[in-house]
Amino acid sequence: MSGEKFRLNKTKLDKIATDVLRPVGFTRGFHNWMAFLTVALVACLYAYYIQFDKGLIVTGMRDMVSWGMYIANFVFFVATALVGMLISGVCGLLGYKWIKPVSRIAEMIAVSFAAVAGLVIVSDMGRPERLLNVFLYGRVQSPILWDVTVVTTYLVISSLLYLLPLIPDLAIARGRDNKMPKWQSMVYELLSFKWTHHPKQYKLLFKSIRILTVLVIPTAFAIHTVTSWLMAVTPRAGWDSTVFGPYFLTGAFVTGMAALVIAVFVIRNSYRLREYLNDDVFDKMGKLLQLVCVVYFYFNLNEFLVPAYKMKGADAIHIHELFVGKHAVMFWFTQLAGLILPIFLLLWKKMRSPINLMVISLFVLVAAWFKRYIIVIPTMEHPFLPVQNLPHEWVVYQPTVIETAVTVGSILMAVMIFSVLAKLFPVIPIWEMAEEHVEDKENETH
Amino acid sequence: MSSDKQKSEMSENQKDSRRAFLRKLGLVGGAASTGAIASGFKYSDSNQGEYVKVMTSDHVMVEVPKTQMQAVKLDTEALQSRGRVGIKGKRWVMVIDLAKCRNARECIKGCQKHHHLHPYQFHINTLVMQDSPKSAPYNMPKPCMHCDNAPCVSVCPVDATFKRQDGIVLIDNERCIGCRFCMAACPYSVRIFNWEEPFHAEMYKEQPMEYDIEANIPQKKGTVSKCVFSADCLREGDLPTCVSSCPNGVFYFGDENEDAVTNGTTKETVVLSELLEKKAGYRLMEELGTKPRVYYLPPKDRVFDTPEKPDNHHS
Repeated sequence: MSGEKFRLNKTKLDKIATDVLRPVGFTRGFHNWMAFLTVALVACLYAYYIQFDKGLIVTGMRDMVSWGMYIANFVFFVATALVGMLISGVCGLLGYKWIKPVSRIAEMIAVSFAAVAGLVIVSDMGRPERLLNVFLYGRVQSPILWDVTVVTTYLVISSLLYLLPLIPDLAIARGRDNKMPKWQSMVYELLSFKWTHHPKQYKLLFKSIRILTVLVIPTAFAIHTVTSWLMAVTPRAGWDSTVFGPYFLTGAFVTGMAALVIAVFVIRNSYRLREYLNDDVFDKMGKLLQLVCVVYFYFNLNEFLVPAYKMKGADAIHIHELFVGKHAVMFWFTQLAGLILPIFLLLWKKMRSPINLMVISLFVLVAAWFKRYIIVIPTMEHPFLPVQNLPHEWVVYQPTVIETAVTVGSILMAVMIFSVLAKLFPVIPIWEMAEEHVEDKENETH
Repeated sequence: MSSDKQKSEMSENQKDSRRAFLRKLGLVGGAASTGAIASGFKYSDSNQGEYVKVMTSDHVMVEVPKTQMQAVKLDTEALQSRGRVGIKGKRWVMVIDLAKCRNARECIKGCQKHHHLHPYQFHINTLVMQDSPKSAPYNMPKPCMHCDNAPCVSVCPVDATFKRQDGIVLIDNERCIGCRFCMAACPYSVRIFNWEEPFHAEMYKEQPMEYDIEANIPQKKGTVSKCVFSADCLREGDLPTCVSSCPNGVFYFGDENEDAVTNGTTKETVVLSELLEKKAGYRLMEELGTKPRVYYLPPKDRVFDTPEKPDNHHS
């Protein structure tokens, strides 16, 4: 996306367009997939209806553990959405060329997870019908206000970063495909904004994308730092930490990268796009995943070992529960399978092959979800003052079926949005890929 | 015999005068903030008996013909606007004498009845504490600390929980969105949530009542509830329910501005600063900087036997 000596290689463009546009369209398989997701989602929405009707009593949350799986899941969603910023923002501005074929997939993840994150938080509310109060009576000193603001901003910027580079592609597709259903070609017509591939248009496009990639970095930093502050502004042991902002942010990179690898792997195989989403791209993604794991591991060291060295009263109980207590299995799973093992395994090139990297990423992603559980719940189980005169089930948190179903529902929703985007529009930026080849040739001749 | 009787008469008088005093102040505060009740004001003068001076809600004094006067029943909105301001000139403060608590749990029962709570919900809860392995356990009633630097108030996104000028932290369950951020922020774990329909849900359905923010009743599903120092009682000039329910003289309650607190059992009024000085009063978790409005007197020279060692659910 240099923009200076921009030219599209016509023959390359033609081939890429044919390959990338082939899987576009709502096929029979897609219909079946969406039908399955819809049925599952309806079941989950019914679980939410029960919760709405009976109150949060149907969850495992009680007065002591008053935040549970929903908040953990919310943090996970925000974390996953951050991959858009890592790829388009950080890697894009650093000028890495290998991100081109995966950049749009990263933005698709960002959009679908950021959009559902807001709903996840609504599902945790005792009075969801009073959501508007946040805008009517909002108080600026509450981190929730900051969170609402930055999550919305991030969703807008990510959507623009998804839609703007799509404009030339939709114009290309409009000029070629004729088997498209009428409504789809109308959507293409509308969203391509009468694009004529004029150099002036491209110049404007480059400029806007450039501004957005710069803007998305502070916004993404803000969204996850603020999310960490939801916990870090309280005095509770386990949350009362000064590294929580960067700890969450670096953790988000790990989560997002793992999600990206899985998405790219699925698309590469089901869309037969191995030529573009090739081994080299996976090798690069593997290296980036390893890098962010190392950085996140560094923050984990600080977060756990420093309090563990001092063993101050309330911290000691918390650390004990995590290291050898009730949450030890989950804690060590997140640390080993989600962090330490991937760091070592990814040293070998063989482990960065598509299938191996995908398996590693699956472990990392699952561990990342449980890591959020580990961050939220154990701290709530051990307040400063003793918990007494309450029934046992009110003291120990145990997620219920309904709570789990609502959580699964949120994941289904994100997958549905991602699936629709992946079938409605081309998943690889056609024009950017064509541009890359031109520049490479020019470099060779010099 | 006579001296004993005299004493009890005196304390009875003291109690009455103190009640009357509190009541007067409470009513003036109420009238100033809403203007809706005229009963707190006396007639302006005798030669124009048919006119009465009342203050309107925008704080203007007007005269109204006596025949036009009508007592107004406060609706939710009026109760809210009155409840958000608080009782003028007051700085409520509570002192809990740990040496006298034997965990009778009368404060809890009174509180649960007053605020329509489920048996498992506590605005005030008596905990068995043990500060270190070799020190003896003691009973500690734990109401809301009504912190001057309240973490719960800072984090509330919608101003549903707020600090009044008289020091009380209230919750408006008509506005609360149920995010429970305040519960996460409170280091004393004093806030509770209405996870299900409130205890008196049936009664609310049969006899609908206006929401009184100062007592936080009716309770509402999906909202946070908390100790409110029985702000409705304070407005009437009475002591908070827990304070007056205690059979053992554990609680003192009063006004920091007056530097006086009254014992809920004996109704004896003492100087706050002297009590705290003499008995080495302290506040819970001073190091967190929350500046609580509840003071504790250490469990020294206990009146009752020490309780059994506590189970803290820490394992």
